[in-house]
Amino acid sequence: MTATQQSPKTSGSVATTGRTRRPIIGDRGVGEFLLDQRAFVALIVLVIVFALLSDAFLTPSNLITMTKHVAYNAILALGMLLVITTAGIDLSVGSIVGLSGIVAGVMLQGWQLSLFDVTAYPAVWVVIIVALAVGALVGSLNGLLVTRFNVAPFIATLGTMYIARGAALLISNGSTFPKLQGDPELGNTGFSFLGVARPLGIPTAIWIMVAFAIVIALLVNKTRFGRWLYATGGNERAAQLSGVPVKKVKMRVYIISGICAAMAGLIIASELTSAAPQTGNTFELNAIAAVVIGGASLAGGRGTVKGALIGAFVIGFLSDGLVLVGVSSFWQTVIKGLVIVLAVILDQGQERLKKARAAAQAAQSVKQEAAEREAAKAA
Amino acid sequence: MSESNGRITTRGAVVMRAEAVTKAYGGTHALRGVDFELRVGEVTALIGENGAGKSTLMKILAGVEQPSSGTITLDGEVVAFANPTEALSRGVAIIHQELSLCLNMSIADNIFLGRERVRNGAVDFAAQREETVQLLERLEEPLDPRTTAADLRLGQQQIVEIARALSEDARILIMDEPTSALSHAEVQVLFRLIRELTSRGVSVVYISHHLDECLELADTAVVLRDGEIVARAPMAEVDLPWIVSQMVGRESGDLYAPMAYDPGEVLLSLDGVVVSDPDSPGRLAARDVSFDVHAGEVVGIYGLMGAGRTELLEALAGRNPILAGSVTLDGKDLTGLSVEDRIDRGLILVPEDRQRDGLVQVLSVGRNMALASVGKFVQGLFLNPKPESELLAETARGVKVKMAGFDAAIGSLSGGNQQKVVIGKALMTEPRVVVLDEPTRGIDVGAKADIFALMASQAREGRAVLFATSELDEVLYASDRIIVMARGRVVAELDPRTTSREQLMAIADSPAQATNARNEA
Repeated sequence: MTATQQSPKTSGSVATTGRTRRPIIGDRGVGEFLLDQRAFVALIVLVIVFALLSDAFLTPSNLITMTKHVAYNAILALGMLLVITTAGIDLSVGSIVGLSGIVAGVMLQGWQLSLFDVTAYPAVWVVIIVALAVGALVGSLNGLLVTRFNVAPFIATLGTMYIARGAALLISNGSTFPKLQGDPELGNTGFSFLGVARPLGIPTAIWIMVAFAIVIALLVNKTRFGRWLYATGGNERAAQLSGVPVKKVKMRVYIISGICAAMAGLIIASELTSAAPQTGNTFELNAIAAVVIGGASLAGGRGTVKGALIGAFVIGFLSDGLVLVGVSSFWQTVIKGLVIVLAVILDQGQERLKKARAAAQAAQSVKQEAAEREAAKAA
Repeated sequence: MSESNGRITTRGAVVMRAEAVTKAYGGTHALRGVDFELRVGEVTALIGENGAGKSTLMKILAGVEQPSSGTITLDGEVVAFANPTEALSRGVAIIHQELSLCLNMSIADNIFLGRERVRNGAVDFAAQREETVQLLERLEEPLDPRTTAADLRLGQQQIVEIARALSEDARILIMDEPTSALSHAEVQVLFRLIRELTSRGVSVVYISHHLDECLELADTAVVLRDGEIVARAPMAEVDLPWIVSQMVGRESGDLYAPMAYDPGEVLLSLDGVVVSDPDSPGRLAARDVSFDVHAGEVVGIYGLMGAGRTELLEALAGRNPILAGSVTLDGKDLTGLSVEDRIDRGLILVPEDRQRDGLVQVLSVGRNMALASVGKFVQGLFLNPKPESELLAETARGVKVKMAGFDAAIGSLSGGNQQKVVIGKALMTEPRVVVLDEPTRGIDVGAKADIFALMASQAREGRAVLFATSELDEVLYASDRIIVMARGRVVAELDPRTTSREQLMAIADSPAQATNARNEA
């Protein structure tokens, strides 16, 4: 019973394991590589099929238009990804899209501050910040319900989904705010930049999507918060005992998700130059679908920015492509459903494969250790 | 399923037999060629330390698990139960060590779960309630059968489990630690019931850490050690010292000699700590616990199941609240601090259940090991991977973990190496006090030795090491000082150099006598 029976050879192997770059396909075989990259493969297949069916599909202008459509959902999906990684869900994002548009609409149309009996016309940057803050506020309400009052995320965000939608209807009295381009005399023009402008020939919405994706990818992969995020979703009890402030983590993901949703709402309001209280209805479901197609697990702990983005592209390109080749919108809905279900089935298959491999490795290492012990005993 | 014909009912005849039964999990053997027999109307006590294979053998008899090789015969006929329901239909019932009630359902629903009394296509709730009342009367626990299981005390829940086994008219009743949550009076009721059952020809297998219970109740003692049966004798011919020496496999007095040690100043100090049981908040898991842990020493807490070790350690780590009393680290009060604050102050727990509380299965080996100390590597906004990988490599060498690399899936490691990762995670935080709960549970002998060596070396580096175990040998071998807990209280403080297994076991088993025999180390 001494520690010296461990052979120095085996403990030395530890030191050599730095950052080893994995081979792209490696020893796993092509089939498994494709399974691993299934969302990306699905996207390529979609592009090829639609390019064959329609000449218009692969033109630069169509690709840009489709990507712009993808952008709102992708921004929502990025926030949703964080929430789902903690094993939560955020059903309120669609309503936040509507609410943030209405908040922007109210302020650009003239913000009646009855207390002071004046109508304020805040500058566009103020409008944007206030709208994002409203998204953050709804998100923090979600976080508070989940962490402080122990409401299940599904129920908490179902509640705020109705509350935010109701708030949007109340503020707007159910009607649409038109003409959000502003008035040069009032100094509040420029809102159209978000949804209409095309810096360097590419719509602002796409730039925003790219910026959000980079920020969230850095957050997830390079920061302490990213580590906390995966640990919280993977095993909350273990994370907590390791000193991870799991409540803080959950609070933050709902706030970020709310901000993402508010941003999407602003882009849509800007593009339409009007804000309707019903905007964003059922958007939360598209965002969840994108995240799931991208390989995230609703049980938490698993999911990547790349996956969520590809998922958003799959859903967006699928919808637009089906429109382009003239498939009826009823069939579009059915096909979208099939894709989501298929994605999850493949995901389950891959998980089983991974678990089986890990179990086999563990059994192997146990045998090896037993053999080494025998050898040490014999020596 | 021909039950009535071939039944063996002659008192004293062998009714069930296991022959050359082995069971392997992966590469480790839980049972190695066990022969075991049960006689009609007798109580057989199955005795052994943790991990000896008792529960595995009973699970095989009851159809919960299947043997890797060997045969089971019942009434002289070879049987291979695929599941517990099949075993139950032949009259073999088991009461598990872990309670398995559906807490949201009523007592009656629980008792008839999976074999509801059906009349005219609907569940006959009235008949189920009726039968439940009768069963509970036999157990002298007159509860309303409609009571929700969650509203029962732990002991009452255990009685419901027992009632469930009785409801099936079992001929062979396997009880795995049935008394761990029962009060003394409830234990006496259970014993009366067991005697009544045996007088009607029921055979009972009784597993308990409380050896006095086995002595009182059983007709035959069977001792299991390291997956093999090492002794078998009529209970009338044996006594406690004999059982203990068979269990531990050495004559008494044959001690390991812990190294001389040189304790420094007090690092961790507990004063009158009271902790409630998080699973049933009405029950106190630890009461009025006071002791100190010095720098440079390894203190082992020894106690049987239900002694309150885990609850106490989790409260120290900040997971559960401390109801009364105080805990100080380096003279500073820890009251009210969160888990992360305590880790910052230098106290971290290596939890008992590494799958549930220690590891994040979806993360790699490296990510798991660095989880508690990622704060160290923050530079500006981002983590700096270089110092992280350096400290990881250093820690992995220190704890001797064998793995394919830090990117390997945590599930691909053996149990011992997974445990080393959890310990490595704790050591990476550079703690002043390391608290380990059952650090060697479910791991092989080689890894155990590594972990004990590691604990000793941590103490020599000036840390305080506090660990809890329910294994005699381990606490005697690995501790500089032993604290014995029983039913939530510290009952003795002992020096492992001058303490024998028998003394230790006797103290942990019967707390009433031990309080007088306080032996300051």
